[in-house]
Amino acid sequence: MTVTEDRAETAPKAEVGQARRRKEDQRLITGRTKWTDNIQLPGMLHLAMVRSPFAHARITNIDVEAAKASPNVVSVLTGADVADEQGGLPNAWPITPDQVTPNHPSIAVDRVTFAGEIVAVVVARSAAAARDAVELVDVDYEELPAALDLKEAAEDKVLAHPDLGTNKSALWVFDSETAGSGSGVDAAIEAARDGGIVIEREYRQQRLIPAFMEPRSCVVDPTGDQIVVWTATQIPHILRFLMAAVLGYPESKIRVIAPDVGGGFGGKLQTTPEEWITFMAARRLGKPCKYTESRSESLIAAHHGRDQWQKLTLSAEKDGTVTGLKVELLADLGSYVALMGGGVPVLGAFMYNSIYKFPAYQFNCQTVLTNKTWTDAYRGAGRPEATFAIERIMDELAAEVGVDPMAIREQNWITHEEFPFTSVAGLEYDSGNYEAATEKAKKMFGYDALRAEQEQRRASEDPVQLGIGISTFTEMCGLAPSRILGALDYGAGGWEHASVRMLPTGKVEVLTGSSAHGQGHETAWSQIVADRLGVPFEDVEVLHGDTQIAHKGMDTYGSRSLVVGGEAVIKAADKVIEKAKVIAAHLLEASVDDLEFSGGRFGVKGTDQGLAMAEIALATFAAHNLPDGVEASLDSDATFDPVSFSYPHGTHLCAVEIDTETGAVAMRKYVAVDDIGTIVNPLIVEGQVHGGLVQGIAQALWEEAVHDDAGTLVSASFVDYLVPTAADTISFDTAHTTSPSTTNTLGTKGVGEAGCIASTPAVVNAVVDAIRHFGVNDVQMPCTPARVYKAIHQQDQGGETPTPGGAAPHFDEADVADRSAGATDGAAAQAGDHQ
Amino acid sequence: MTKIEVTVDGDVYTDDVEPRMLLVHYLREKIGKVGTVVGCDTSNCGACTVHLDGTSVKSCNVLAVQADGHEVTTVEGLAVGGELHPVQKAFHECHALQCGYCTPGMIMQSIDLLNDNPSPSEDEIRNGLEGNLCRCTGYHNIVKAVQQAAGASSSEPIAAGSSAGGAA
Amino acid sequence: MIAAQFDYVAPATVEEALAALAEGGDEAKIMAGGQSLLPVMRMRLNAPELVIDLGKIEALRGVRDDGDAIVIGAMTPHSQVATDPLVAEHALLVRRAVVEVADPQVRHRGTFGGALAHADPAGDLGAPALALNAQFVVAGAHGTRAVEAADFFVDLFTTAMEDTEILTEVRIPKHTGWGAHYEKFVRVAHQWPIVAVAAAVRVDGGTIAEARVGLTNMGSTPLRARAVEEALVGKPATDEAVRAAATSAADGTNPPSDLNGDADYRRHLATVLTRRAVLAAAGA
Repeated sequence: MTVTEDRAETAPKAEVGQARRRKEDQRLITGRTKWTDNIQLPGMLHLAMVRSPFAHARITNIDVEAAKASPNVVSVLTGADVADEQGGLPNAWPITPDQVTPNHPSIAVDRVTFAGEIVAVVVARSAAAARDAVELVDVDYEELPAALDLKEAAEDKVLAHPDLGTNKSALWVFDSETAGSGSGVDAAIEAARDGGIVIEREYRQQRLIPAFMEPRSCVVDPTGDQIVVWTATQIPHILRFLMAAVLGYPESKIRVIAPDVGGGFGGKLQTTPEEWITFMAARRLGKPCKYTESRSESLIAAHHGRDQWQKLTLSAEKDGTVTGLKVELLADLGSYVALMGGGVPVLGAFMYNSIYKFPAYQFNCQTVLTNKTWTDAYRGAGRPEATFAIERIMDELAAEVGVDPMAIREQNWITHEEFPFTSVAGLEYDSGNYEAATEKAKKMFGYDALRAEQEQRRASEDPVQLGIGISTFTEMCGLAPSRILGALDYGAGGWEHASVRMLPTGKVEVLTGSSAHGQGHETAWSQIVADRLGVPFEDVEVLHGDTQIAHKGMDTYGSRSLVVGGEAVIKAADKVIEKAKVIAAHLLEASVDDLEFSGGRFGVKGTDQGLAMAEIALATFAAHNLPDGVEASLDSDATFDPVSFSYPHGTHLCAVEIDTETGAVAMRKYVAVDDIGTIVNPLIVEGQVHGGLVQGIAQALWEEAVHDDAGTLVSASFVDYLVPTAADTISFDTAHTTSPSTTNTLGTKGVGEAGCIASTPAVVNAVVDAIRHFGVNDVQMPCTPARVYKAIHQQDQGGETPTPGGAAPHFDEADVADRSAGATDGAAAQAGDHQ
Repeated sequence: MTKIEVTVDGDVYTDDVEPRMLLVHYLREKIGKVGTVVGCDTSNCGACTVHLDGTSVKSCNVLAVQADGHEVTTVEGLAVGGELHPVQKAFHECHALQCGYCTPGMIMQSIDLLNDNPSPSEDEIRNGLEGNLCRCTGYHNIVKAVQQAAGASSSEPIAAGSSAGGAA
Repeated sequence: MIAAQFDYVAPATVEEALAALAEGGDEAKIMAGGQSLLPVMRMRLNAPELVIDLGKIEALRGVRDDGDAIVIGAMTPHSQVATDPLVAEHALLVRRAVVEVADPQVRHRGTFGGALAHADPAGDLGAPALALNAQFVVAGAHGTRAVEAADFFVDLFTTAMEDTEILTEVRIPKHTGWGAHYEKFVRVAHQWPIVAVAAAVRVDGGTIAEARVGLTNMGSTPLRARAVEEALVGKPATDEAVRAAATSAADGTNPPSDLNGDADYRRHLATVLTRRAVLAAAGA
């Protein structure tokens, strides 16, 4: 650390903190990109999947003869063909020792468990030939009753996996009294029933789809000594390990490359059947194989997110001081326990208490198997759900007490003098200043003026009502301290690895185990290393996403890259400096203790003698004159394991206008003041915030994965899964307050998920606030115009109108797809708008 | 198979294609213009947007045979002599991309929009991009980039949002 | 994402196209702009053996003045209709609606006639065509015939055209000097309308002299809100009068229920949007 401090007086402007334009952009704006689907190899074969149109059915026969006879088809594989080698797709996080976990084959063998599950694979010499032959695979199904509704499934009325005897996978409990981090919640609630306040609410976290823009693609080349796997993934390193472990292939013989990856948002934090199948096909056939999914396949079969019922009981004193919080969750796993699976709601377990000083807290999560697409991480993973629930119910508490929702928060939050603060969930929040962020946000928002306007619109019975929504959120990110993960029964650690290589010309190569897919690591890591080593930003090359180059890593998710991966880079760079210092001292004929490192130069204190890092790099390369016993290398590795999470927080304020005649919600203003600690690159940070905001807003207003009564995903194309456009969104007002984290060198906190976590409750709070005077206390997400209208006008005050499970056809040709035939492009897909 | 002759980014290509081949697949698989990508199958996402005879189209919604005798411009044909197109520059300057998958389509549609309306308002920009989905940026900086490219943006630095920075 | 194989022809004249259609029979499919057809084909919801592309028939493009009507060639792209001065002057309602079709890229390729012949009840052009009493000129083996808009839309994706016929042009009686507005209600911009209302009114001295109102996505075809039209005539162009007339907007409709709202909600929307469309059309 002295290195930085010493240098500060004389060094050029620090890179960290500068809005550097991204290094990544040049190739992306000119189309010189390397998406997995771009890869073409000699003799490459193409895969197309036959998928089940049924949510739950027994496979009684598969006739592949016609498909095999189709021109240019090389092979057709069924589950029976690979039953002995395919193993089961892994669940890395069994959340309890007795978790019920069905085996998860990559190709269904005798039973399909969700509409979209793969039942056969066609391998052909062209993608078109493979697709043609899919039509010729004849599968006979015997339909079984399907467990679809989450609450009904939790009652075991219909079993998703009859052989398991139950749909209940695991019950995970945290109790502050048992843990010793607080008192008993039931007593607090009982006490409040007599003269205090008890608020009970049930919120719905609808099922969402990550909907990254690049459909998943996988290419496997088995023609070398090593099998090379290119795949659109967030987790090349984890994938390599698990492929080796499950498929019984030596890890050293697998190389995984995540080339340019077009977004993930948790959706590519997975080991997928499609990857397994491509790998198996390539091994069997000895030729490079490629599979690229269609958008409909992506929406149907790539994992979904959220899908919970959240029952909350909050107790408080009569004045609104909170005394207890009890959370009872039902979480829909879908038909299998995915890679993180039940761990996703558990990641929210420590966040329901949020920034508030609850003396008593209990969290119960029941995970449930259903016959729907499996769920797993989606941006925020567990923490958006928690933040939504607590921020919604704090508004309800304010309404009950009869005060401004900001006042109830101020009354209950941790004040800045109280940091570090150990929460009732047992986490130590290292730093934060909720008052400062809130003050800044209110000023930018014009809070008081908007409240006055709201009053005026109410008084005049304006058909357009104004609502103000607050979200004073925090989250835990930077996943994760390995010891904590171990205590939670997660299957791996949470460290990150980095290497810094000094090239003879003074250029620097940084290898990072983080695997970026839009986050701008190449730029941010360059800034960090440029500062650390005193080399130009342009001289740093960041290499990642290839297990042969960046051989070790835990990849990118959970807002971990900067706070964990970035710290590993710093540690590796510091080792380079330490190594170089010894050589510099030798060359300068000075004592190591007499050297100071500043601006990339080792100087002898009190003299003008010195050597630049580049000179030392060259001298080390030449190795003609090194101290005895010193190796001819400055290259250094570091593996950093965080001791704690980091806790970004912020105050988000949202104003919406509601057209009470139609129920339409229009966003008028959105202010986000985030405290994410030290900012390495404000440009990248803003981008992360904007994108997160829109994803969170989209949950509040637009997106929902809807199944019909048969278990078919109705929102199986972008026609019906409503990802917003530029025309549906607004420009945001963003700012920061800064309470540096005390748990890493730079004081950073992680920003990847913050916007998405904070914005959903801000929007729904605003919607409810706009129409609360009509007697409304909730509108279920997404807050569609129809739901909002009914909440106002039809005494549907909980706004719980279910989404009808049907989509309009927009084509005469869109006859219901033949349910007996597999359809790779989605049995229920509707084609696009437009004449 | 049908013989077609298409000019792509200034070069003439002659090929035999199946009538069912989409223009986007022709660009990617036949002539290696992999900068143009496929993002959906319903023509909602706009990632495949190119210019056909100077106006924007979704190349997943045009057959290669329909491009016979026509001129196609892709994102790879924008930079002339190594000099980026002003919209490409603005996307870089304004951090209007993250993963970059929607970017070729966004850039091509933004250029079309500016060709039609050189000084668009924010609303006009947003509506002009209604056929292009982005999952990373929240559109905020894309709108700013188009404004900057149009010269409509104020002289304030666009770097870090409207009011970023500042320690509490 | 890859369509089944098909043969492709791109005739240069309507006669050649009709001959190809006759020869192809049930397995042939006409492609206008292809913006609805190609997605359906690549998702294999339809697999014609022959695609007849009308894109090379220059005679089907363009807008012309024809006395008391303007004539829009069936293959005129939406983007061209949107900027055509004849359309703006004599059929403002068409212009107001056509700029709302899909998105800019689709409007460059998609065609006026193709969209109407597709007959999606949620399509944006049926209601204005109906409201303005358009005539559909249809060519067949035995010559051409004109079909009134009121007879053209038969059912979901079904028109009065025979399988052997091709829509060549749409005649729209001039509504010169009429005010017009297309009020479209969506959740996100790239959606089809949940409900939309097309209104054209002729206001004379503050009084509504004539009114035409068409409804999008309120049944299996575009619909005419005749009760509203009748109630408007002779009324002042005021919020109160229009509000009263608009209450009957959903009379006789049979709207769908889907992800975006049920039938009752759509009926309600129709009344609100009708009021707004008429008031905007009247410049009130």
